[in-house]
Amino acid sequence: MKRREFINQTAAATSLVTLGGMGLSSFSLAKTTKITILHTNDVHSHIDPFGPDHGRNPNQGGVSRRAKLIERYREENPNTLLLDAGDIFQGTPYFNYYGGELEFKLMSMLKYDLATIGNHDFDNGIDGLYKQLPNAKFEFVSANYDFSNTIMDSHVKPYKVFRKGRIRIGVFGLGIELKGLVEKKMYKETKYLDPIEIAQDMTKTLKEERNCDLVICLSHLGYNYRNSEDKVSDLKLASATKDIDLIIGGHTHTFLKKPTIVKNINGENVLVNQVGCYGLYLGKIDFYLGTDKNKSADGTTIIV
Amino acid sequence: MNYKRLLIPLLVLFSLSCKEPVVVFVDKIEGKRIPISDSLDNDSAIEAYIEPYRTHINKDLDSVLAYAVDTYSPRPEEGELETAIGNLMADVAFIQANPVFKKRTGKTVDMVLLNHGGIRAPISKGNISARVAYSVMPFDNSLVVVDLKGDQVNELVEYLAKSQRANPIAKLKLKLDEENEVVSALINGEPIDPEKNYFVATYDYLYNGGGNMTFFKTNDSLYELDYKMRNAMIDYFKKVDTIKPTKDGRFIKTLEQ
Repeated sequence: MKRREFINQTAAATSLVTLGGMGLSSFSLAKTTKITILHTNDVHSHIDPFGPDHGRNPNQGGVSRRAKLIERYREENPNTLLLDAGDIFQGTPYFNYYGGELEFKLMSMLKYDLATIGNHDFDNGIDGLYKQLPNAKFEFVSANYDFSNTIMDSHVKPYKVFRKGRIRIGVFGLGIELKGLVEKKMYKETKYLDPIEIAQDMTKTLKEERNCDLVICLSHLGYNYRNSEDKVSDLKLASATKDIDLIIGGHTHTFLKKPTIVKNINGENVLVNQVGCYGLYLGKIDFYLGTDKNKSADGTTIIV
Repeated sequence: MNYKRLLIPLLVLFSLSCKEPVVVFVDKIEGKRIPISDSLDNDSAIEAYIEPYRTHINKDLDSVLAYAVDTYSPRPEEGELETAIGNLMADVAFIQANPVFKKRTGKTVDMVLLNHGGIRAPISKGNISARVAYSVMPFDNSLVVVDLKGDQVNELVEYLAKSQRANPIAKLKLKLDEENEVVSALINGEPIDPEKNYFVATYDYLYNGGGNMTFFKTNDSLYELDYKMRNAMIDYFKKVDTIKPTKDGRFIKTLEQ
């Protein structure tokens, strides 16, 4: 992992204000900060667990159990982000009956911080997605879908920067090419831009202008396409870019037992993770960030 | 509390940090996945929130729409190209799509072609609910009508002969010999006229090349009915009391010459 720098100009002021409350937060500069990233992808309206008679996943999954688990991890570490990599919609009658209303409402109750947009999120058309936005208390990011000539204009940001403790975390979104996958009448004038070019712009912005310590890509590109050399995937994205720490993927319903470690264009490690589909798993990545140079002299320890 | 003792070293620290950029390193990363298994407790607030939605859907999905006199499996008998459930699906597509198409265009659907792989579950003997339609047709396939030239319909017929799958058809009667060559292909009792145009009802998925049905895309005249196959099934089940589809010999392989 590359060294991360930020000029902490406001630290003195903020910390002095909090001095009345012992001001110990300032010591967090010297000690390690733990950032927990929790993530799901391709939940596809699977609100209830699979039934006891289901062939492959009997009694597995379910939003209400996931809520308990997330609550437990947030209690363990308040510096937690909860992210979803798209395809929230389509897959059970909950979607056919309510058009994604319950999916968004429950994700809001679970306090999701951010999501990106999958191809199935257009299944009721871009208007169907727009209609459900008031039910989402979390935001959407997509850097390579240009929505400017659509009803979604200004409702989707390219990226969002979170501050957890002393750490700034930049999260940007990437979506899959819709042509051939989704009918044009569904996505209308949504323009698809090259994910790798956009990712390069995003990392530059997040690193250099927004001084992020961690950069996460929330992707619905798909993990890997063995039979099509040209198709952009998370593995391809990881190796063709720099300054991304973690890619959280979706679309291919890939059940990774552990995150994949990929070397980026500068030879640094990038983590790529995806947790299959249908809310059967929750992904959890813990980053430990500190200011001790010696500790990092031998590089980052990655335990997967 | 003795704040003064604390304040001095802190101010020193801050003055340093203002001058020098503070460098943050990633010391360690741990990554894993956690199964959402039945050993986890349910969140009662979430459960309570879902409950009215679940109850409404279950009530609606489980209400009885029709009755099946037998169990109809999508799996064909050895050496056969027809199934009763496939015939039912193709007939339902015709019965439900044709009035919509006629109302919009004044024209009539000439034949129907669906795919065998799109029938995902049997219809079991007994009550039929909307849930049955969801299990048989979980995909959101929509009905479309394609304007095909006679020679493209002949390609379609060749496809059916070569694929040797029980792809459901309606209004087309197809007879193959034991070498899988077409003996006869009749639409409305007439042989296919290469010069004539035919209106073929199918799924949007198949029109777009699903199941390798490449003959559809050779023509641009597409009529989208905005009518999902699943809804067509539910509407049909609501209309009829019982279903008892049969194999009526519309797609057969014969030893006769």
